[in-house]
This record gives sequence, C-alpha cells and structure tokens, in this order.
Amino acid sequence: MGGGTLLDFARGPGMEWALAILVFGIVWRLVGIFTLKRPKDLAEPRAGASAIGAMWVIISRTWPHKEFRERVLHWEVVSYLFHGGYAVAILGYAPHILLIRALIGISWPGLPGGVIAFAAGISGVALIALLMHRLNSPVLRKISNFDDYFSWLVAFMPLPTGLMAYYHLGGNYEWMLGFHMLTGEILLAWLPFGKIMHTILFAFSRGTTGLAYSRKGAPL
Amino acid sequence: MSNETISESFRKAGMSRRAFLKFCAAAASVLALSPAEAGEMTRRLAQARRPDVIYLSYQECTGCLESLTRSFSPGIGHLLFNDISLDFDDTLQAAAGEAAEAARMTAMKKAWGKYILVVDGSVSPKDGGVYCTAAGKSSVADLQYAASGAQAVVAVGTCASFGGLPFAAPNPTGAVPISEIVKDKPVINVSGCPPIAEVITGALLYYVSFGVPALDRHGRPVNFYGNTIHDRCYRRPFYDQGLFAHTFDDEGARRGWCLFELGCKGPVTHNACATTKWNGGTSYPIESGHGCLGCSEPNFWDRGGFYRPLSTPTGHWSGAQVLGGAAVAGAAVGVAVAGVARARQNKKDDHKPDHKPADKDHDRNG
Repeated sequence: MGGGTLLDFARGPGMEWALAILVFGIVWRLVGIFTLKRPKDLAEPRAGASAIGAMWVIISRTWPHKEFRERVLHWEVVSYLFHGGYAVAILGYAPHILLIRALIGISWPGLPGGVIAFAAGISGVALIALLMHRLNSPVLRKISNFDDYFSWLVAFMPLPTGLMAYYHLGGNYEWMLGFHMLTGEILLAWLPFGKIMHTILFAFSRGTTGLAYSRKGAPL
Repeated sequence: MSNETISESFRKAGMSRRAFLKFCAAAASVLALSPAEAGEMTRRLAQARRPDVIYLSYQECTGCLESLTRSFSPGIGHLLFNDISLDFDDTLQAAAGEAAEAARMTAMKKAWGKYILVVDGSVSPKDGGVYCTAAGKSSVADLQYAASGAQAVVAVGTCASFGGLPFAAPNPTGAVPISEIVKDKPVINVSGCPPIAEVITGALLYYVSFGVPALDRHGRPVNFYGNTIHDRCYRRPFYDQGLFAHTFDDEGARRGWCLFELGCKGPVTHNACATTKWNGGTSYPIESGHGCLGCSEPNFWDRGGFYRPLSTPTGHWSGAQVLGGAAVAGAAVGVAVAGVARARQNKKDDHKPDHKPADKDHDRNG
C-alpha cells in the first residue's frame, strides 16, 4: 500500500470506522453499566452528603494514600508523566486540535511543535518504564493479562509514529503520517473494550466507591 | 533526429559560446546539479544532437502546454529552436486535420526509435477507447503506436502521470495514466496541474544530457520532486511554532503564518514550487496566500476538500449520521445486554434461600 493510499484510508474509512466503533463501544458499556440492577441497600445511611463523598473520592484517589506512598509514589509520578505528556501531545498539537474541531466543533490555541515533541518523548519514556516495572514486578506480572499488554502497545504506538512523522524519520513522510493516524485509530477503536476504558470509567468507579463508603460512614 | 548539435544550433542562431555556457549554467541551476555535473552537462549538450520530440495530447485541458510556453530558464524559444526539434504538437503548429496527421507520421517515421514522446493528458481504454479519439483512432491505440517508436516517454502533467482530473471519481471514461499503457519504454512523470514550466523543460534537458534521471516511487525526477513543499516552505517556522492563519483575511494570514489550518497539502506534496517557483521565479501559491492543493500527487482531486486540514477526515462521510447511528446502536445493545443481565439477576434473587432468614428476622423483630 502506497503512502498516499494509506493516508487516504486513515483519513477516510479508517477514521470513520474507528470513531463509529469508539462511540458504539462507549455508549454500549455506559448504558450497560448504568441500567444494571443495583442491590438494594436496606441499611440506614450513616452520612447525609453521599454525593459530596463521591466527588471527594474522585479527587482524593488521584494521589496515593499516605500508607502506600513510600511503596508506590514514584510509580504514580511516572504514571502522571505518561498521562500528562500524552494529554499535552493530544490536546496541544494544532493538527490534533483541528481534528477535534472537525469532529465536535470546539478548538483552542495550539502549542509549539518543540513542546509537543518534548511532551510526547517524556510520555513515551514513562510508558516504557511502566512496562518494565510491570514485567519486573512478580505481583504485577501475575495479575497482568493480554488486555494489559495489548492496551499498552495500542497506547504506545501513536507516540513513536507521531514523533517519526513530525521529524520526517522512517522514510516516506506520507506513509508515516498515515501509519501514525492508523495507530491513533486503533487506539480509539480499542478504547471501549479494554482497560483503556478507564479514561471514561475512572470517575464513575471512584464516584461509586465514594458514594458507597460515605453512605456507610467509612473514612474517605 | 536532427543532425545538428545543440551548440551548432546556438551558433547558427547567432549566439556566442558564452551565451551557450550561460544557458547551460541556468539549466544546471534549475536542475540543482553539482558543479561537476554542470560541467559534464555543458560538455554533453555541446555534443548532443537535437532530439526529435513528438508532443501528443489526449484527455487534458492544455494547461500543461500553457505552462510550458511560459518557461523562462530554459525559455521555450531556446528549447524549441536550440535544444529540441519539436516535430509535432497539434496545438502549437499551424497545420490541422489530415495535413497535421500526415506531418506527424512523416516525422515519426523519420526518427523512428529515436524520438522523445511527450504526452499530455490521460488515455481512456474503456469501451474500446470510444471516449477519446482523434483522426478515427482511440487514444490508447494512438499512444501504443507512438510509444513503440519512441526512445522514452515524458508524461507531462498529473493527468498523463496519474490520471488527473479525468481519473477523478467516478472516472466516467475509465481514464488511466500513460504508465498503465506504456510498459516497455522508460516513462518519466512530470506531474503537476500544471507542472512548473522549468520542471518540464528541465526534465527534457536532463534527459537529453544524461538520459533517464533518478526517479521517485511515482516515476518523477528526484531533482524536482525529491522534497515536499513543506520541507522548503518559507512559512515552515510558523508551523513549528504553532502559528497558523485561521482564515484567509485574519491577522495570521496578513503576518504570513502557516496555512496548514486552511487546508494546505504542502506536507505531503512533492514538487519544486517552493524552490523553482512560478513565472520566472516570481512566487508560488503559498507565497500568494493560498495553501498548496497537492496537484502533483496522485488522486489529489479525490483526497478530501482542498480546504480541509490534512489531519481531519476527508469528508466523504457524514460524521453526524455515522456517529449518531453508532451511538443509537450502542445504546440499543447496552440496553439489551443489561436487560439480559437483569433477567439473570432477578432469576437468581428469586431462587435465593437467604430470603427466608430475612423474613425470620423480620418476624422475630416484629
């Protein structure tokens, strides 16, 4: 497949299918989760403001509890470097903003290309470090499955391909740009079905935990 | 092939050797040749015989020939009178009809196996070639015959190189590029809609001097199509800084910022516009405030709107309909799956034995 053909596919049917699968999957999972039957809690609530508890847990779980800090804080920081770099690369790069504008109609000013490349580089290195940690930790290795490794790969691939396209590395630019877009589309299509769905579900799962704990009067 | 060498034709026209060397230097500059190659080109051009050129036009708009006539360095006059012997071009010549066809046959037979065939426009093999005929012959049959006597074929313009506008969806005439028909002769694609005049003349001159140039994966001379417009664009620093014109008349446009957001296809378009420029080096489209259309690339007409940024969908589908449909389908599947899950939960609840103790507790408390 020539560079032009790959890019045309990535901008056309590839993007169409990826976005359709993304929307279909997210709506399916959210509707499926929210319409599930909840067990009846017949106990008297011990605290009145459970919604505030839910909100508080969404925020408080963004940083490890003091009992765990010594063991996990450094990996939490690496994880934030990955997430922060990823967010800057996706939301700060002008061509990405133009894509978002084309899809949902909102836009904002972009950042210089050097800043984006730096953020993407940091994000990629952090992601590699997190994979090494997963592979070297016996506990993490034990609880990891195909979803973890495939989700890692799918999240990682847009970073090197994007940097290679930006710096015109890896031969034909058009092909690399098409390949980069395709890796992004695979990420979007996979998002609702793997652990990357936490980008949507983290707030709901934390909120649900907060709601239950605050109702029971547990410390948050 | 004319027996006259190119340098002899210069002398015959009353031009000095200095004029010939100046011409060679200008041509070498356009071709971006190294000093050593420029010297070699001068030596070879001095000895080379003027090649016969047959110029045929098929499904095209004559824009390529219009462009060629505006070549400054080497000028079209120079090219026609000194460098090549243009034996047939139905647009430029005075003769028409049967007289023109007879002149073409005579020229081709005289230089059979030695002439350079320049083709402008795509050809149409569909339905026996009925959509493009001249003098009772289909474009495909005509091209096959003309190419069989040529030493090389130069496909001028995007239509000849890649099918161009006639090839655009739905391609009603079944247009194909020249390289689809001519398989046994070297084909040099000089794409563009139209190509830059100096690129056409430069490609011909290079062939006369050195033979077939190094070609890229689309069969185009690398010395003209080796870089993208974006690589050599004077607005590139603004792209790197993230500074873009949002509309054609905003502050960014006035300050010369990058036109990527306005649909510029410079990053994926290989051509010499940013270096050779147009109209004798005056400017090029981006310098005039308009984004690159990508006209020298295959299928440029069908690759989404000209004003759609390169990172956005091609626009061949309705986003609202597709995404709305996906959301409705997702909701339906979600409700169905949850319905099945609820039914299972209800079934389990009905069969739970722990209802009894709860009732007992209730009785006891009661």
